[in-house]
Amino acid sequence: MKQLFSFIKKEFLHVFRDTKTLLLLFGLPVVQLTLFGFALTNEVKNAKIVVADYSKDNTTKQLTDKIEASRYFDVEKSLQSHKEIEAAFKTGKIKLAVIFPENFNHDLMHLNKAQIQIIADASDINTATTLTNYITAIVMDYQRQMMKDASIPMTITPEIRMLYNPELKGEHTFIPGIMAMIMLLVCAMMTSISIVREKELGTMEILLVSPFKPIMVIIAKFIPYLIISFFNVTSILLLSVYALDLPIKGSIFLLYSESLLFIVTALAIGLLISIQAQSQQTAMFGSLMATMLPTLLLSGFIFPVESMPLPLQVISNIVPSKWYFIIVKSIMIKGAGFSAIWKETLILGVMTLFLLIVSLKKFQIRLA
Amino acid sequence: MRTLKFLLQKEFLQIFRDKNLLRQILLMPLIQLMIFPWAANYEVKNISLAVVDYDHSSYSQKFISKTISSGYFKLYDYSASFNEAYKLIELDKADIVIEIPAGFEKNLVRENQQKIFLAVNAINGVKAIVGSGYLANIINDYNSEIRLEWIQPQRFNPTPVIEIASSNWFNPLLNYKMFMVPGILAFLVTMIGGIMCALNIVREKEIGTIEQINVTPIKKHLFILGKLLPFWIMGTFVFTLGLLIARFAYGIIPLGSIGVLYAFLAVYLFAVLGMGLLISTYSDTQQQAMSISFFFIMIFNLLSGLYTPIESMPAWAKVITDFNPLRYFIEVMRMVVLKGSGFHDVSHHFLVIFLMALVLNTWAILNYRKTT
Repeated sequence: MKQLFSFIKKEFLHVFRDTKTLLLLFGLPVVQLTLFGFALTNEVKNAKIVVADYSKDNTTKQLTDKIEASRYFDVEKSLQSHKEIEAAFKTGKIKLAVIFPENFNHDLMHLNKAQIQIIADASDINTATTLTNYITAIVMDYQRQMMKDASIPMTITPEIRMLYNPELKGEHTFIPGIMAMIMLLVCAMMTSISIVREKELGTMEILLVSPFKPIMVIIAKFIPYLIISFFNVTSILLLSVYALDLPIKGSIFLLYSESLLFIVTALAIGLLISIQAQSQQTAMFGSLMATMLPTLLLSGFIFPVESMPLPLQVISNIVPSKWYFIIVKSIMIKGAGFSAIWKETLILGVMTLFLLIVSLKKFQIRLA
Repeated sequence: MRTLKFLLQKEFLQIFRDKNLLRQILLMPLIQLMIFPWAANYEVKNISLAVVDYDHSSYSQKFISKTISSGYFKLYDYSASFNEAYKLIELDKADIVIEIPAGFEKNLVRENQQKIFLAVNAINGVKAIVGSGYLANIINDYNSEIRLEWIQPQRFNPTPVIEIASSNWFNPLLNYKMFMVPGILAFLVTMIGGIMCALNIVREKEIGTIEQINVTPIKKHLFILGKLLPFWIMGTFVFTLGLLIARFAYGIIPLGSIGVLYAFLAVYLFAVLGMGLLISTYSDTQQQAMSISFFFIMIFNLLSGLYTPIESMPAWAKVITDFNPLRYFIEVMRMVVLKGSGFHDVSHHFLVIFLMALVLNTWAILNYRKTT
């Protein structure tokens, strides 16, 4: 036992002497949370558009003013020809062009029909569709004002209620995702690198020939990273509650217990990687491939799993972070208790056990 | 020149000896490009519905089948009451509850007005907005169908109507992969080039072999050039591989000139590798170099416009994007590949990246010390 403590002390010294890495490990979740919380939004604002007005009458002026007044658009300038519009698209400066044909007002008043042409730069699809929808809404609104008195028969109106997240904030899904990523980074990647480092430098040989049990060497390696992870979980939760105003609805104790389970999962993955890898670079790329990318892509934290093709949906089931992500989301946002998430917890637990057994079986005292 | 040749020979020997690493460097972009575009899809489909139909009329039936046949939704189940349906949302089985009130058909005809209630699980904001938007459109369509059944259409529009004709240029089929693949390729090249270059030099520091080079009369800039060129070649190779995958797996053929793409890549790689070098001069262990590169690449990645539009970012974040090399590469890729922009359209990007390459490399060379 005393030996174990002195080993843990050695590992702590290793980790805490490297202040640069330590600073980054603590800083990363803060930066990520800030970026996701304040900088990244799928909402489209201040999009630059151009208006080509061939008619220049009262109606087109009013419509242009209405578009300009909306916070979604910055009307850059009025262009005169189609050629100019194409050139403006190619330099990437504008996202959309609104074209009023000649005699717009005349057609509208006398033929009762006039057409507005909208050209969107669909190389960015979401922006293109959103902007087209906004313009359509503005025009519809204008039209409604024009025919205020006419009543429309048999109207069905949808009454929409947004549950759990009425302001439609994005933070709700990314906080659990960031927690999973940071834990994988610290526990799987950093741990495996620090073990492989001893292999690469040759000091592992020394540790393995000592009378100290080899598995204890590994456990001692885990402890500092485990503690750093707990710090990170705490800092993410504090930030989300106090900086992003996102309260934790469920039990904090449950949240920490589930996080501890996931930390063990991450450590098991880290152990497996460090057994396989011979150099730090392989360990790093290995953990990038085995943990970071699946978390980013397949856990549902950025991209919804339901919209993926079926094979990917099936594969996503073997990604541990997907289950952790569901668990944290349920606890934090829906306030779910253990009874609602026992299944996911069981799956995560079985995965962890499996990973631990495989890596302990593969663990060898002798280096190749 | 002869010195440089030997240095390059040494680097390539080292790179090709580590088969594991080489495999990973080549496999990673391959796998990413095969999987990422399929997963990175903001198109919202398969929204699962729980329907509470208190009316059980032919109208409510028609509405539900119209919704399902739109292709965006799948019916999870009919529920007897709203509370039952709400439970399905809690369990994540359903995304939207549609509640059709009792007397829907009768009241619609009699009172000219009726409501349909939608309860949307809004934890995933994008999905909630898009899903309820689809439903609102379907309700609107359905509404005009019913109206037509009851009211004879008039030959002339009684009121002035403004029609909107919208067209989508550069990607008329709204294929999301066309948008993502060029951006992802840019990100991959950056990640592999930057991290590999940073780690390589630090590895020599950590193992101690750098001392052996430091005691030779090799000039600083030659040594650094010898480190840069192999990764420059590998970056170009990975990029070519990526373009081929884009061509044969996704059918994406650059509209613009490939020459412009490669010319930009050439300058861009020097900027990214310069950054890798700079990181390596500031770190002593591979772990350190890795966490520093990871830190920056993560920021670059999120603030590159790859996922969310730069225009929507707050002012302080926009300032950061101005110094983000990845942002320029992604923009150039998307412009040249999708819109066929020429050299003239991206000349500003060239200038910025050239300056970045210059600054980063000069800084790295100045900061590289032969003695510790």
